[in-house]
Amino acid sequence: MANIQEKLAQIIPGATIEDDGTGIPQVTVDDKDWHDLARKLHDDPECPMDYLVTIVGMDWVESLGAIYYLASSKTLQRCSVRIQTTDREKPMLHSVADIWRIAEIYEREVYDLFGIVFIGNPDMRRLFLNIDWVGYPLRKDYNDDPALNPVSTENERQSDFTNVYVEKEDGTVEKTERRVFEADDFVVNIGPQHPATHGVLRFRTAVDGEMIKKIDVYMGYIHRGVEKLCESLQYPQTLHFMDRLDYFSAHNYHHGLCIAIEKAAGIEISRRAQVIRVMMDELSRIASHCLFIGTYCMDLGATTMLFYTLRVREQILDIMEKTCGARMTFNYDCIGGVMQDLAPDFVQDVKALLAVLPANIKEYNKIFTGNVIARNRMIGVGTLSREDAISYAVTGPSGRASGWACDVRKTHPYSIYSELEFDEIIATEGDSMARFECRMKEMEQSARILEQLVDNIPDGEYCVKVPKVLKLPKGSWFQMVEGCRGVFGVYIESDGTAKPYRLKIAPPCLPLATVVDHITRGAKIADLITIGGSLDYIVPDMDR
Amino acid sequence: MEVTCKGVPYEAFKDNEYIEKLVNELRESGTNVIVGTFDKLINWGRSNSLWPLTFATSCCGIEFVSLGAARFDMARFGWEVARASPRQADFMMVAGTIVNRMVPVFRRLYDQLAEPKYVIACGSCAISGGPFRNSYHVAKGIEDIVPVDVFVPGCPPRPEAMIYGIMQLSRKIKVEKFFGGVNRQEKQREFLESHPVE
Amino acid sequence: MYDFSTITGSIHEFLLSFMAPWLAVLTECLIIGMGLLLVYSVLALIYIYYERKFCAAIQCRLGPNRVGPWGLLQSVADMFKILIKELIHLNHIDKFLFALAPYLVIIASMLCFAVLPWGNGLQIIDFNIGIFFLLACSSIGVLGILLAGWSSNNKFTLIGALRSGAQMVSYELSIGLSVITMVCLAGTMSVGGIVMEQQDCWFIFKGHIPALIAFVIYMIAGTAETNRGPFDLPEAESELTAGYHTEYSGIHFGFFYLAEYLNLFIVAGVASLLFFGGWMPLHIPGWDGFNHIMDYIPSVVWFVGKAMVLSGVIMWFKWTFPRLRIDQLLSLEWKYLLPINLVNLVLMVCIIILGWHF
Repeated sequence: MANIQEKLAQIIPGATIEDDGTGIPQVTVDDKDWHDLARKLHDDPECPMDYLVTIVGMDWVESLGAIYYLASSKTLQRCSVRIQTTDREKPMLHSVADIWRIAEIYEREVYDLFGIVFIGNPDMRRLFLNIDWVGYPLRKDYNDDPALNPVSTENERQSDFTNVYVEKEDGTVEKTERRVFEADDFVVNIGPQHPATHGVLRFRTAVDGEMIKKIDVYMGYIHRGVEKLCESLQYPQTLHFMDRLDYFSAHNYHHGLCIAIEKAAGIEISRRAQVIRVMMDELSRIASHCLFIGTYCMDLGATTMLFYTLRVREQILDIMEKTCGARMTFNYDCIGGVMQDLAPDFVQDVKALLAVLPANIKEYNKIFTGNVIARNRMIGVGTLSREDAISYAVTGPSGRASGWACDVRKTHPYSIYSELEFDEIIATEGDSMARFECRMKEMEQSARILEQLVDNIPDGEYCVKVPKVLKLPKGSWFQMVEGCRGVFGVYIESDGTAKPYRLKIAPPCLPLATVVDHITRGAKIADLITIGGSLDYIVPDMDR
Repeated sequence: MEVTCKGVPYEAFKDNEYIEKLVNELRESGTNVIVGTFDKLINWGRSNSLWPLTFATSCCGIEFVSLGAARFDMARFGWEVARASPRQADFMMVAGTIVNRMVPVFRRLYDQLAEPKYVIACGSCAISGGPFRNSYHVAKGIEDIVPVDVFVPGCPPRPEAMIYGIMQLSRKIKVEKFFGGVNRQEKQREFLESHPVE
Repeated sequence: MYDFSTITGSIHEFLLSFMAPWLAVLTECLIIGMGLLLVYSVLALIYIYYERKFCAAIQCRLGPNRVGPWGLLQSVADMFKILIKELIHLNHIDKFLFALAPYLVIIASMLCFAVLPWGNGLQIIDFNIGIFFLLACSSIGVLGILLAGWSSNNKFTLIGALRSGAQMVSYELSIGLSVITMVCLAGTMSVGGIVMEQQDCWFIFKGHIPALIAFVIYMIAGTAETNRGPFDLPEAESELTAGYHTEYSGIHFGFFYLAEYLNLFIVAGVASLLFFGGWMPLHIPGWDGFNHIMDYIPSVVWFVGKAMVLSGVIMWFKWTFPRLRIDQLLSLEWKYLLPINLVNLVLMVCIIILGWHF
């Protein structure tokens, strides 16, 4: 296996390779060469960088730019590429949306929040904010006077057209308009208030009878500007937002941000804290998958399943409540360990849970998985190939159902996961059934992890001492953890103060919602519900 | 007059002064015997049959799901008939953050609810913007958008708190007047006139 | 067995004693109409309560228990509220059709009540094509649903209405064929006649295999006819918000809501009529003592009880199975149920000709 540094040096001759704080090599390239280089990186036979983890939009005051985090699905190596432009009036970069499909939506996000136009992106609309929003909020010079962008009860202005910026032979860039839908399409609005969109997501669906022709995913109905808020808060204060993104993976997200900050600050945490964190992660994974199964079955019309799965979830919430004091927003992991020690009967409760879980999973399978109607509804519906899963960065159980081994706990182990024995559940079918069953089996694997740990919680302190005002050194760090729905990435750039200069959250649910358009083409309206449900996106997570 | 819910002692409610004030206001204007009886009948129906609108934006919505599940079982009170269409729902549990883009949609949903309609602001985001209050894209409380009947604080409120909140709404409905007198709808109209929608 | 015709007959004679015959009939019609409305609404309330308790039991919950004793008044409170809820008037719709649709639905189900065999001698009208009349009436309902979806000027309701059109028209076939199968066995289309035919033995036992097949098909098709899960596509909540009645509020929605439960009762009632002897008590040939005891249970209890149990089965479907997709729904009907039904009809005819039934 070629070293990634050598590979980068070979593909990008003369580039300086730096190391960010987490050991991911970073190269800075010129915007002109970026598209060709991206193509080379993506198509490299030995180490194809085919997985675009995230695009971090950046405002370095003197320049605007983007950092692309890439990974290889084959060799698991990671690298990041930095491109920038000094033009603040009309910043333009080249799009790579034709290389990585997911780049299209990521670039739209960067455009929305930083105002960087991507040349060649087929859909340069704002993503989260209204068309007539004044300013780009994540820029450092953003004017947040509420008078500029008042809260209005007037209906939002919408356009049927999207912008495409095309570069001509002579280097000038021309703006053209393109219709989102055909002129005579029958467009049905599904959402934002709709029982099946799992929150306030909106699908503008062009249908032909019951057949879906195209879906325009329209988000931003719960965009709360978490990243901007984080920039004005100290590091320990930023943590509590992690509870409110994907509220089912609250522990996992906390864990991710804590690891990133601890790495940056050079804090070693005790083994007890690590074990507690991992146990909490896995407990929330079971709870989350339980709720997924319930709501998914409810979407398919089998309401009763929800009540059976919530029974187990309530049991897990009880365990968490005893220790963390809350049912949902726990705020438990903190920098240096965890907030509180475990409740005295934690071990006993977890054992009780592990005792009933297999019987419950068996019951779910009996009621739902084996049901002929359920099977017909799910098998072969919404098939996502492995290539598309990687290109669309569909991670988590949904990606693994397509045959892509993307579990961060295995690929880039963090905390104590490398010592634990568990299987990565991988299916090859890539349809809704596979996604459903993957989650079902993952619950068993999580239970396996818990079994290994429950009797081996070491003694020790649960939280190490950290300075009250935590200042991180200058630099940048990127950390990936496995949330309940996929890879959760967090990028921190520090300028040496107690507040992050930039804190980027790379949520797993944004790709999950994006891929809906791709896999529902030609399916029926009812299949949209099946597919959307099986992908299991959480809207506040994708909107942030 | 002690306004309470079945099985809950009057003292268990924390804001009895408020309800008493409401009752006194109603008494001042006086009631006809027949009209009063009709009012009681109507209020009995309305307060005991509160159908929520399936509406949730974030975390609080999940607690609302838990509220329907076996442990908390809001069906006991007859609140489980969650309607997805606003035309058929009675009250709206605003569970979650309302952001700028959502405001017009939210207001429209409220306008689509059929009278009598009630709003419960559930969770700190709906009450004031909560942890996201300083954000550029969050409405600072839904009070400026629609008239709110009950506030349920918490982040997210526990299901018990939600039950308590809906009970309070039910108590408020019990002292409403349908025919003449101090009418909740008048207050609502005042609000809507001062917050028009184009 | 107590015969209710003695009461109805004496009322008739009492009215005739001081009225002209036409006036007496008119008065009777009015009384029956009032009675029907009363039974209709009370039954609907009981059914709503029944379903809520039933699904709560399946879902390990308690269900309504606060309003009135054991929550019995819950659905009454719901009805009070719905009666005085605002009727929203929409712009840009066909106002006449929009207002007409819920009445069509409710009238269709009410007409069916006329021929149900409520008890011994307790049937509003018993004529020679009773079961045919019932089928005809119940298909008016689909018109109401189609109109509701179409006139609302809403894409969701339109999709819901079209789905329901396709579904109801298809499943009407299965219902019709399974009814014909049983009519063959009974030899009459008169509802009273069908009941009397089952004096010795209910048809489900008498017609053994083909009757059992017809029963299963009838229950599936009947569930589809009432738009209940797993066939609730026209109002699939997770797909189409509330389907064809999304835009209806207040009592107009209440009508759809009531009609759904009453249709459930009608489907179950017809099933009990065709397969379980209507109001006829369980008689086992030869066991005279047992038969006598069974006769002591009033016939109304028998009929309503059977209907309740059978509707319980349909509710059980709803709370267990996931929903079908529209193409699967149609292929189930046209590729499976319809051919099976046709074969079953031939089988039944053979059995009748050969006298192989009990």
